[in-house]
Amino acid sequence: MIWKRKHILDIESLSREEISHILHTAKPMKEVLLRPLKKLPTLRGKSVLHLFYEASTRTRTSFETAGKILGADTGSIAVAQSSVSKGESLLDTAKTLAAMQVDLVVIRHTSAGAAAFLSEHLKIGIINAGDGQHAHPTQALLDMFTLQENLGDLAGKKIVIVGDILHSRVARSNVCGLTKMGAEVTLVGPPTLLPPELKVLGARLSHVLDTELPGADAVMALRLQLERQQSGLFPSLREYSRLYGLSGQRLEKTGKKTLVLHPGPMNRGVEITSELANSHYAKIEEQVTNGVAVRMALIYLLVGGTNNVMA
Amino acid sequence: MERIAKSTIMDANGIRRILTRIAHEIIEKNKGTKDVVLIGIRRRGVTLAKRLQQLICEFEGVKLPMGILDITLYRDDLRTIDVQPVVQETAVPFSVQGKQVILVDDVLFTGRTARAALDATMDLGRPQRIQLAVLIDRGHRELPIRADYVGKNLPTSRRESVSVCLREADDSEEVVLMDKPGCLISWNCPLNVLQQDD
Repeated sequence: MIWKRKHILDIESLSREEISHILHTAKPMKEVLLRPLKKLPTLRGKSVLHLFYEASTRTRTSFETAGKILGADTGSIAVAQSSVSKGESLLDTAKTLAAMQVDLVVIRHTSAGAAAFLSEHLKIGIINAGDGQHAHPTQALLDMFTLQENLGDLAGKKIVIVGDILHSRVARSNVCGLTKMGAEVTLVGPPTLLPPELKVLGARLSHVLDTELPGADAVMALRLQLERQQSGLFPSLREYSRLYGLSGQRLEKTGKKTLVLHPGPMNRGVEITSELANSHYAKIEEQVTNGVAVRMALIYLLVGGTNNVMA
Repeated sequence: MERIAKSTIMDANGIRRILTRIAHEIIEKNKGTKDVVLIGIRRRGVTLAKRLQQLICEFEGVKLPMGILDITLYRDDLRTIDVQPVVQETAVPFSVQGKQVILVDDVLFTGRTARAALDATMDLGRPQRIQLAVLIDRGHRELPIRADYVGKNLPTSRRESVSVCLREADDSEEVVLMDKPGCLISWNCPLNVLQQDD
Protein backbone atom coordinates (compact mmCIF):
# COMPACT_ATOMS: atom_id res chain seq x y z
CA MET A 1 0.00 0.00 0.00
CA ILE A 2 1.22 3.47 -0.81
CA TRP A 3 0.36 5.99 1.88
CA LYS A 4 -0.94 9.30 0.52
CA ARG A 5 -2.93 10.79 3.34
CA LYS A 6 -1.95 14.10 4.90
CA HIS A 7 -4.47 14.30 7.75
CA ILE A 8 -6.08 11.96 10.26
CA LEU A 9 -9.47 13.47 11.00
CA ASP A 10 -11.70 10.48 11.78
CA ILE A 11 -11.94 6.74 11.25
CA GLU A 12 -14.83 6.99 8.76
CA SER A 13 -12.59 8.36 6.04
CA LEU A 14 -9.91 5.66 6.45
CA SER A 15 -10.14 2.51 4.39
CA ARG A 16 -9.65 -0.94 5.87
CA GLU A 17 -6.27 -1.11 4.08
CA GLU A 18 -5.18 2.20 5.57
CA ILE A 19 -6.14 1.06 9.08
CA SER A 20 -4.18 -2.17 8.58
CA HIS A 21 -1.21 -0.19 7.29
CA ILE A 22 -1.23 2.05 10.38
CA LEU A 23 -1.45 -0.94 12.74
CA HIS A 24 1.31 -2.71 10.80
CA THR A 25 3.58 0.34 11.06
CA ALA A 26 2.88 0.65 14.79
CA LYS A 27 4.48 -2.76 15.42
CA PRO A 28 8.08 -1.79 14.64
CA MET A 29 7.44 1.51 16.43
CA LYS A 30 6.57 -0.40 19.60
CA GLU A 31 9.86 -2.29 19.34
CA VAL A 32 11.71 1.06 19.25
CA LEU A 33 9.66 2.38 22.18
CA LEU A 34 10.68 -0.59 24.34
CA ARG A 35 14.41 -0.15 23.65
CA PRO A 36 16.72 1.24 26.33
CA LEU A 37 17.83 3.89 23.80
CA LYS A 38 14.58 5.11 22.34
CA LYS A 39 15.52 7.84 19.90
CA LEU A 40 15.45 7.85 16.13
CA PRO A 41 16.90 10.29 13.61
CA THR A 42 13.93 9.77 11.25
CA LEU A 43 12.11 13.10 11.60
CA ARG A 44 15.06 15.33 12.44
CA GLY A 45 14.17 18.90 11.51
CA LYS A 46 10.41 18.33 11.48
CA SER A 47 8.18 19.98 14.04
CA VAL A 48 4.92 18.89 15.61
CA LEU A 49 2.75 21.26 17.63
CA HIS A 50 -0.01 20.32 20.04
CA LEU A 51 -2.95 22.66 20.26
CA PHE A 52 -5.22 21.46 23.07
CA TYR A 53 -8.40 23.37 23.86
CA GLU A 54 -9.48 20.64 26.30
CA ALA A 55 -7.81 19.02 29.28
CA SER A 56 -5.68 15.94 28.56
CA THR A 57 -2.90 13.99 30.24
CA ARG A 58 -2.35 10.82 28.29
CA THR A 59 -3.19 11.92 24.76
CA ARG A 60 -0.98 14.99 24.80
CA THR A 61 1.93 13.35 26.61
CA SER A 62 1.61 10.36 24.32
CA PHE A 63 1.80 12.50 21.19
CA GLU A 64 4.75 14.47 22.60
CA THR A 65 6.64 11.29 23.48
CA ALA A 66 5.90 9.82 20.05
CA GLY A 67 7.16 12.90 18.21
CA LYS A 68 10.31 13.12 20.34
CA ILE A 69 11.26 9.47 19.86
CA LEU A 70 11.00 9.95 16.10
CA GLY A 71 13.41 12.87 16.38
CA ALA A 72 10.92 15.67 15.65
CA ASP A 73 10.75 18.85 17.68
CA THR A 74 7.53 19.07 19.63
CA GLY A 75 5.77 21.88 21.40
CA SER A 76 2.50 22.50 23.17
CA ILE A 77 0.25 25.49 23.38
CA ALA A 78 -1.38 25.97 26.76
CA VAL A 79 -4.55 27.52 25.44
CA ALA A 80 -5.46 29.23 28.71
CA GLN A 81 -2.21 31.24 28.65
CA SER A 82 -2.21 31.93 24.92
CA SER A 83 -3.68 34.60 22.68
CA VAL A 84 -6.86 32.53 22.60
CA SER A 85 -7.68 34.15 25.94
CA LYS A 86 -7.42 37.52 24.15
CA GLY A 87 -10.08 36.41 21.72
CA GLU A 88 -8.03 35.04 18.83
CA SER A 89 -10.03 32.71 16.58
CA LEU A 90 -9.10 29.07 16.05
CA LEU A 91 -8.19 29.70 12.43
CA ASP A 92 -5.96 32.67 13.26
CA THR A 93 -4.15 30.72 15.97
CA ALA A 94 -3.59 27.81 13.59
CA LYS A 95 -2.49 30.10 10.76
CA THR A 96 0.06 31.66 13.09
CA LEU A 97 1.48 28.24 13.86
CA ALA A 98 1.56 27.29 10.17
CA ALA A 99 3.42 30.53 9.42
CA MET A 100 6.13 29.36 11.83
CA GLN A 101 6.70 26.44 9.44
CA VAL A 102 5.28 23.80 11.73
CA ASP A 103 4.86 20.51 9.82
CA LEU A 104 2.03 18.94 11.77
CA VAL A 105 -0.61 20.22 14.18
CA VAL A 106 -2.31 17.88 16.65
CA ILE A 107 -5.55 19.44 17.79
CA ARG A 108 -8.12 18.71 20.48
CA HIS A 109 -11.18 20.93 20.57
CA THR A 110 -14.58 21.04 22.24
CA SER A 111 -16.36 21.53 18.91
CA ALA A 112 -16.98 18.66 16.52
CA GLY A 113 -15.37 19.35 13.15
CA ALA A 114 -12.61 21.64 14.41
CA ALA A 115 -9.84 19.45 12.98
CA ALA A 116 -11.60 19.03 9.63
CA PHE A 117 -12.10 22.80 9.47
CA LEU A 118 -8.38 23.43 9.94
CA SER A 119 -7.45 20.81 7.35
CA GLU A 120 -9.52 22.69 4.77
CA HIS A 121 -7.84 26.00 5.44
CA LEU A 122 -4.22 25.09 6.08
CA LYS A 123 -1.58 23.38 3.97
CA ILE A 124 0.05 21.55 6.89
CA GLY A 125 -0.93 18.11 8.23
CA ILE A 126 -3.59 17.85 10.94
CA ILE A 127 -4.25 15.06 13.43
CA ASN A 128 -7.52 15.08 15.31
CA ALA A 129 -6.87 14.28 18.98
CA GLY A 130 -10.57 14.53 19.84
CA ASP A 131 -13.21 16.96 18.63
CA GLY A 132 -16.35 17.39 20.74
CA GLN A 133 -18.47 14.26 20.68
CA HIS A 134 -17.48 13.48 17.10
CA ALA A 135 -14.28 11.46 16.86
CA HIS A 136 -11.09 10.39 18.62
CA PRO A 137 -9.38 8.40 15.86
CA THR A 138 -6.02 7.84 17.55
CA GLN A 139 -7.72 6.30 20.60
CA ALA A 140 -9.68 3.93 18.39
CA LEU A 141 -6.52 2.96 16.51
CA LEU A 142 -4.63 2.20 19.71
CA ASP A 143 -7.58 0.16 20.99
CA MET A 144 -7.65 -1.80 17.73
CA PHE A 145 -3.87 -2.32 17.95
CA THR A 146 -4.20 -3.63 21.53
CA LEU A 147 -7.07 -5.92 20.58
CA GLN A 148 -5.22 -7.20 17.52
CA GLU A 149 -2.06 -7.89 19.52
CA ASN A 150 -4.04 -9.96 22.02
CA LEU A 151 -6.72 -11.53 19.82
CA GLY A 152 -5.14 -11.72 16.36
CA ASP A 153 -7.37 -10.94 13.38
CA LEU A 154 -10.37 -8.89 14.52
CA ALA A 155 -12.79 -10.37 11.98
CA GLY A 156 -15.66 -12.11 13.77
CA LYS A 157 -14.49 -11.10 17.25
CA LYS A 158 -17.17 -10.03 19.67
CA ILE A 159 -16.48 -6.67 21.31
CA VAL A 160 -18.77 -5.09 23.92
CA ILE A 161 -18.51 -1.36 24.65
CA VAL A 162 -20.34 -0.35 27.82
CA GLY A 163 -21.05 2.98 29.48
CA ASP A 164 -21.76 6.56 28.57
CA ILE A 165 -22.02 6.07 24.82
CA LEU A 166 -23.92 9.32 24.32
CA HIS A 167 -21.01 11.59 25.24
CA SER A 168 -18.25 9.33 23.97
CA ARG A 169 -16.26 10.13 20.85
CA VAL A 170 -14.10 7.11 21.74
CA ALA A 171 -17.14 4.83 21.29
CA ARG A 172 -18.05 6.37 17.93
CA SER A 173 -14.56 6.02 16.51
CA ASN A 174 -14.20 2.50 17.87
CA VAL A 175 -17.50 1.28 16.45
CA CYS A 176 -16.51 2.64 13.09
CA GLY A 177 -13.02 1.13 13.08
CA LEU A 178 -13.88 -2.22 14.63
CA THR A 179 -16.78 -2.88 12.24
CA LYS A 180 -14.51 -1.95 9.32
CA MET A 181 -12.10 -4.64 10.51
CA GLY A 182 -14.95 -7.14 10.63
CA ALA A 183 -15.59 -7.30 14.38
CA GLU A 184 -19.08 -7.54 15.87
CA VAL A 185 -19.64 -4.59 18.16
CA THR A 186 -22.36 -4.29 20.79
CA LEU A 187 -22.97 -1.00 22.56
CA VAL A 188 -24.46 -1.26 26.06
CA GLY A 189 -25.79 1.51 28.26
CA PRO A 190 -28.90 2.94 29.92
CA PRO A 191 -31.46 4.28 27.42
CA THR A 192 -30.59 7.87 28.28
CA LEU A 193 -26.91 7.32 27.43
CA LEU A 194 -27.41 5.17 24.32
CA PRO A 195 -28.66 7.13 21.32
CA PRO A 196 -30.56 4.78 18.92
CA GLU A 197 -28.98 6.52 15.89
CA LEU A 198 -25.72 4.67 16.56
CA LYS A 199 -27.25 1.64 14.88
CA VAL A 200 -26.38 3.40 11.64
CA LEU A 201 -22.68 2.81 12.36
CA GLY A 202 -23.27 -0.93 12.29
CA ALA A 203 -23.32 -1.78 16.00
CA ARG A 204 -25.91 -3.72 17.98
CA LEU A 205 -27.49 -1.84 20.86
CA SER A 206 -28.53 -3.22 24.23
CA HIS A 207 -29.56 -1.97 27.64
CA VAL A 208 -28.64 -5.08 29.60
CA LEU A 209 -24.96 -5.83 30.13
CA ASP A 210 -25.33 -9.33 31.59
CA THR A 211 -27.06 -10.76 28.51
CA GLU A 212 -24.37 -9.38 26.18
CA LEU A 213 -21.35 -10.74 28.04
CA PRO A 214 -21.47 -14.46 27.09
CA GLY A 215 -18.92 -15.08 24.34
CA ALA A 216 -17.41 -11.59 24.40
CA ASP A 217 -13.72 -11.50 23.42
CA ALA A 218 -13.22 -8.04 24.88
CA VAL A 219 -15.17 -5.56 26.96
CA MET A 220 -14.39 -1.88 26.80
CA ALA A 221 -15.60 0.20 29.73
CA LEU A 222 -16.05 3.90 29.07
CA ARG A 223 -15.59 6.64 31.60
CA LEU A 224 -18.85 7.78 33.11
CA GLN A 225 -18.67 11.51 32.57
CA LEU A 226 -19.43 12.39 36.19
CA GLU A 227 -19.66 16.08 35.44
CA ARG A 228 -22.91 15.27 33.64
CA GLN A 229 -24.47 13.35 36.50
CA GLN A 230 -26.43 16.41 37.61
CA SER A 231 -28.41 16.50 34.40
CA GLY A 232 -30.60 13.59 35.49
CA LEU A 233 -29.56 11.08 32.84
CA PHE A 234 -29.56 8.26 35.39
CA PRO A 235 -30.89 7.99 38.94
CA SER A 236 -27.79 7.31 41.00
CA LEU A 237 -24.15 6.31 40.69
CA ARG A 238 -24.79 3.24 42.81
CA GLU A 239 -27.52 2.00 40.53
CA TYR A 240 -25.43 2.70 37.46
CA SER A 241 -22.51 0.83 38.90
CA ARG A 242 -24.72 -2.13 39.83
CA LEU A 243 -26.17 -2.41 36.32
CA TYR A 244 -23.26 -1.40 34.11
CA GLY A 245 -20.12 -1.55 36.25
CA LEU A 246 -17.53 -4.19 35.34
CA SER A 247 -16.29 -6.53 38.05
CA GLY A 248 -14.33 -9.76 38.09
CA GLN A 249 -17.45 -11.67 39.02
CA ARG A 250 -19.46 -10.22 36.19
CA LEU A 251 -16.68 -10.87 33.71
CA GLU A 252 -16.88 -14.61 34.43
CA LYS A 253 -20.18 -14.61 32.53
CA THR A 254 -18.30 -14.32 29.26
CA GLY A 255 -17.17 -17.93 29.67
CA LYS A 256 -13.72 -17.20 28.25
CA LYS A 257 -10.57 -15.21 28.91
CA THR A 258 -11.97 -11.80 28.09
CA LEU A 259 -9.84 -8.69 27.74
CA VAL A 260 -10.83 -5.54 29.58
CA LEU A 261 -10.05 -2.16 28.06
CA HIS A 262 -10.63 1.35 29.33
CA PRO A 263 -9.54 4.52 27.55
CA GLY A 264 -8.91 6.30 30.87
CA PRO A 265 -9.19 8.23 33.06
CA MET A 266 -11.00 5.67 35.23
CA ASN A 267 -13.61 6.19 37.93
CA ARG A 268 -12.61 3.21 40.03
CA GLY A 269 -15.65 1.71 41.72
CA VAL A 270 -18.09 3.18 39.19
CA GLU A 271 -17.66 1.73 35.70
CA ILE A 272 -14.95 -0.73 36.76
CA THR A 273 -13.94 -2.21 40.11
CA SER A 274 -10.45 -1.49 41.36
CA GLU A 275 -9.78 -5.21 41.69
CA LEU A 276 -10.60 -5.85 38.02
CA ALA A 277 -8.66 -2.80 36.81
CA ASN A 278 -5.56 -4.17 38.56
CA SER A 279 -6.02 -7.74 37.34
CA HIS A 280 -4.22 -9.37 34.42
CA TYR A 281 -7.43 -9.23 32.37
CA ALA A 282 -7.11 -5.45 32.19
CA LYS A 283 -4.94 -4.18 29.33
CA ILE A 284 -5.26 -0.57 30.40
CA GLU A 285 -1.54 0.17 30.78
CA GLU A 286 -0.79 -1.76 27.62
CA GLN A 287 -3.24 0.57 25.86
CA VAL A 288 -1.17 3.54 27.02
CA THR A 289 2.10 2.00 25.76
CA ASN A 290 0.45 1.09 22.46
CA GLY A 291 -0.89 4.63 22.21
CA VAL A 292 2.64 5.97 21.86
CA ALA A 293 3.49 3.34 19.22
CA VAL A 294 0.36 4.06 17.17
CA ARG A 295 0.96 7.81 17.32
CA MET A 296 4.59 7.28 16.25
CA ALA A 297 3.25 5.37 13.25
CA LEU A 298 0.81 8.15 12.39
CA ILE A 299 3.37 10.94 12.70
CA TYR A 300 5.83 8.95 10.57
CA LEU A 301 3.20 8.26 7.92
CA LEU A 302 2.02 11.88 7.77
CA VAL A 303 5.31 13.76 7.77
CA GLY A 304 7.92 11.09 7.03
CA GLY A 305 7.47 11.20 3.26
CA THR A 306 7.33 13.82 0.58
CA ASN A 307 4.29 12.70 -1.26
CA ASN A 308 1.38 13.06 1.15
CA VAL A 309 -1.26 14.81 -0.90
CA MET A 310 -4.64 13.39 0.00
CA ALA A 311 -6.88 15.05 2.56
CA MET B 1 9.40 -0.29 -19.58
CA GLU B 2 11.02 -3.32 -18.12
CA ARG B 3 14.46 -4.27 -17.11
CA ILE B 4 16.46 -6.36 -19.46
CA ALA B 5 18.49 -9.18 -18.02
CA LYS B 6 21.95 -8.86 -19.56
CA SER B 7 23.75 -11.77 -18.02
CA THR B 8 23.62 -14.23 -15.19
CA ILE B 9 26.52 -13.52 -12.87
CA MET B 10 26.06 -16.45 -10.55
CA ASP B 11 23.90 -19.56 -10.37
CA ALA B 12 22.75 -21.57 -7.37
CA ASN B 13 26.06 -23.43 -7.12
CA GLY B 14 28.01 -20.20 -7.32
CA ILE B 15 25.99 -18.70 -4.46
CA ARG B 16 26.44 -21.84 -2.37
CA ARG B 17 30.23 -21.91 -2.85
CA ILE B 18 30.57 -18.23 -2.00
CA LEU B 19 28.50 -18.50 1.17
CA THR B 20 30.53 -21.54 2.22
CA ARG B 21 33.73 -19.52 1.78
CA ILE B 22 32.36 -16.50 3.67
CA ALA B 23 31.23 -18.76 6.52
CA HIS B 24 34.79 -20.13 6.81
CA GLU B 25 36.26 -16.62 6.60
CA ILE B 26 34.01 -15.41 9.42
CA ILE B 27 35.15 -18.26 11.65
CA GLU B 28 38.79 -17.71 10.71
CA LYS B 29 38.84 -13.95 11.14
CA ASN B 30 37.08 -14.08 14.50
CA LYS B 31 39.19 -17.05 15.67
CA GLY B 32 36.14 -19.20 16.23
CA THR B 33 32.60 -18.24 17.07
CA LYS B 34 32.97 -16.67 20.51
CA ASP B 35 30.78 -13.54 20.85
CA VAL B 36 30.01 -13.57 17.12
CA VAL B 37 26.43 -12.62 16.18
CA LEU B 38 24.81 -12.28 12.75
CA ILE B 39 22.45 -9.47 11.81
CA GLY B 40 20.73 -9.59 8.43
CA ILE B 41 19.61 -6.37 6.76
CA ARG B 42 16.10 -6.64 5.33
CA ARG B 43 15.25 -8.15 2.92
CA ARG B 44 17.80 -10.34 1.18
CA GLY B 45 20.36 -9.91 3.95
CA VAL B 46 18.08 -11.81 6.32
CA THR B 47 17.96 -14.86 4.04
CA LEU B 48 21.73 -14.75 3.59
CA ALA B 49 22.33 -14.39 7.35
CA LYS B 50 20.13 -17.44 7.99
CA ARG B 51 22.15 -19.48 5.51
CA LEU B 52 25.44 -18.35 7.06
CA GLN B 53 24.08 -19.29 10.48
CA GLN B 54 23.28 -22.78 9.19
CA LEU B 55 26.65 -23.23 7.45
CA ILE B 56 28.62 -22.09 10.51
CA CYS B 57 26.54 -24.50 12.59
CA GLU B 58 27.53 -27.34 10.23
CA PHE B 59 31.24 -26.47 10.41
CA GLU B 60 31.57 -25.55 14.10
CA GLY B 61 28.53 -27.10 15.76
CA VAL B 62 27.52 -23.71 17.17
CA LYS B 63 24.31 -21.93 16.33
CA LEU B 64 25.14 -18.23 16.30
CA PRO B 65 22.49 -15.75 17.48
CA MET B 66 20.83 -14.09 14.50
CA GLY B 67 18.89 -10.84 14.31
CA ILE B 68 16.94 -8.89 11.71
CA LEU B 69 17.51 -5.22 11.04
CA ASP B 70 15.11 -2.87 9.25
CA ILE B 71 16.92 0.33 8.35
CA THR B 72 13.93 2.32 7.02
CA LEU B 73 13.81 4.71 9.98
CA TYR B 74 17.53 5.45 9.51
CA ARG B 75 17.48 6.19 5.78
CA ASP B 76 18.93 9.51 4.62
CA ASP B 77 16.56 9.87 1.68
CA LEU B 78 13.17 9.93 3.44
CA ARG B 79 12.81 13.59 2.57
CA THR B 80 13.37 13.11 -1.13
CA ILE B 81 12.12 9.61 -1.95
CA ASP B 82 8.90 9.44 -3.98
CA VAL B 83 7.23 6.43 -2.42
CA GLN B 84 7.27 6.34 1.36
CA PRO B 85 8.98 3.11 2.41
CA VAL B 86 7.07 0.72 4.65
CA VAL B 87 8.63 0.30 8.08
CA GLN B 88 9.16 -3.34 9.06
CA GLU B 89 10.11 -4.78 12.39
CA THR B 90 13.65 -4.90 13.71
CA ALA B 91 14.06 -8.12 15.67
CA VAL B 92 17.37 -8.50 17.45
CA PRO B 93 16.51 -10.83 20.35
CA PHE B 94 19.91 -10.51 22.08
CA SER B 95 22.16 -7.76 23.40
CA VAL B 96 24.83 -6.56 20.98
CA GLN B 97 26.85 -5.13 23.88
CA GLY B 98 30.50 -6.24 23.50
CA LYS B 99 29.68 -8.59 20.61
CA GLN B 100 31.38 -9.15 17.24
CA VAL B 101 28.48 -8.12 15.01
CA ILE B 102 28.47 -9.33 11.40
CA LEU B 103 26.05 -7.27 9.30
CA VAL B 104 24.89 -9.23 6.26
CA ASP B 105 23.46 -7.77 3.04
CA ASP B 106 23.12 -8.90 -0.56
CA VAL B 107 24.62 -6.03 -2.59
CA LEU B 108 27.00 -3.26 -1.51
CA PHE B 109 26.52 -0.24 -3.78
CA THR B 110 26.53 3.39 -2.60
CA GLY B 111 27.18 2.41 1.02
CA ARG B 112 24.15 4.32 2.25
CA THR B 113 22.29 1.25 3.49
CA ALA B 114 25.41 0.12 5.33
CA ARG B 115 25.71 3.57 6.92
CA ALA B 116 22.08 3.38 8.07
CA ALA B 117 22.65 -0.16 9.35
CA LEU B 118 25.67 0.99 11.38
CA ASP B 119 23.59 3.70 13.05
CA ALA B 120 20.70 1.33 13.66
CA THR B 121 23.04 -1.25 15.24
CA MET B 122 24.70 1.35 17.49
CA ASP B 123 21.28 2.36 18.80
CA LEU B 124 20.84 -1.20 20.08
CA GLY B 125 24.00 -1.10 22.19
CA ARG B 126 27.78 -0.87 21.90
CA PRO B 127 29.26 -3.79 20.01
CA GLN B 128 32.95 -4.64 20.35
CA ARG B 129 33.28 -4.61 16.57
CA ILE B 130 31.01 -4.44 13.53
CA GLN B 131 31.93 -6.23 10.31
CA LEU B 132 30.12 -6.25 6.98
CA ALA B 133 29.50 -9.29 4.77
CA VAL B 134 28.01 -8.93 1.27
CA LEU B 135 27.35 -11.30 -1.60
CA ILE B 136 28.15 -8.71 -4.30
CA ASP B 137 30.22 -5.53 -4.18
CA ARG B 138 29.30 -3.56 -7.28
CA GLY B 139 31.32 -0.40 -6.56
CA HIS B 140 30.13 3.26 -6.88
CA ARG B 141 30.56 4.04 -3.20
CA GLU B 142 29.27 7.44 -2.06
CA LEU B 143 30.51 7.03 1.51
CA PRO B 144 33.79 5.78 2.98
CA ILE B 145 32.54 2.25 3.63
CA ARG B 146 34.01 -1.15 2.71
CA ALA B 147 32.99 -4.74 3.33
CA ASP B 148 35.02 -7.22 5.40
CA TYR B 149 33.70 -10.26 3.51
CA VAL B 150 32.92 -9.97 -0.19
CA GLY B 151 31.42 -12.79 -2.24
CA LYS B 152 32.25 -11.29 -5.60
CA ASN B 153 33.52 -7.94 -6.82
CA LEU B 154 31.39 -7.00 -9.79
CA PRO B 155 32.35 -3.93 -11.85
CA THR B 156 29.11 -2.32 -13.05
CA SER B 157 27.91 0.84 -14.69
CA ARG B 158 25.50 3.05 -12.77
CA ARG B 159 22.87 2.38 -15.42
CA GLU B 160 22.85 -1.28 -14.55
CA SER B 161 21.33 -2.95 -11.55
CA VAL B 162 22.17 -6.15 -9.77
CA SER B 163 19.35 -8.49 -8.89
CA VAL B 164 19.90 -11.14 -6.24
CA CYS B 165 17.23 -13.84 -6.31
CA LEU B 166 17.13 -16.36 -3.46
CA ARG B 167 14.74 -19.31 -3.50
CA GLU B 168 13.31 -18.51 -0.04
CA ALA B 169 11.79 -15.29 -1.41
CA ASP B 170 11.94 -15.56 -5.20
CA ASP B 171 11.23 -18.09 -7.89
CA SER B 172 14.85 -18.66 -8.72
CA GLU B 173 18.32 -18.77 -7.18
CA GLU B 174 20.76 -16.58 -9.11
CA VAL B 175 22.45 -13.22 -9.42
CA VAL B 176 21.54 -11.32 -12.57
CA LEU B 177 22.96 -8.13 -14.05
CA MET B 178 20.25 -5.97 -15.55
CA ASP B 179 19.89 -2.86 -17.64
CA LYS B 180 18.06 -0.14 -15.82
CA PRO B 181 15.83 1.96 -18.04
CA GLY B 182 14.68 3.89 -14.99
CA CYS B 183 11.86 1.54 -14.17
CA LEU B 184 11.45 -0.46 -11.00
CA ILE B 185 9.36 -3.30 -12.35
CA SER B 186 10.92 -6.56 -13.39
CA TRP B 187 9.37 -9.79 -14.52
CA ASN B 188 11.88 -11.98 -12.84
CA CYS B 189 12.11 -11.07 -9.18
CA PRO B 190 9.89 -8.07 -8.62
CA LEU B 191 10.42 -7.90 -4.87
CA ASN B 192 14.14 -7.49 -5.04
CA VAL B 193 14.37 -4.67 -7.52
CA LEU B 194 12.17 -2.43 -5.41
CA GLN B 195 15.14 -2.22 -3.13
CA GLN B 196 16.74 0.55 -5.09
CA ASP B 197 19.46 1.26 -2.57
CA ASP B 198 22.51 -0.95 -2.05
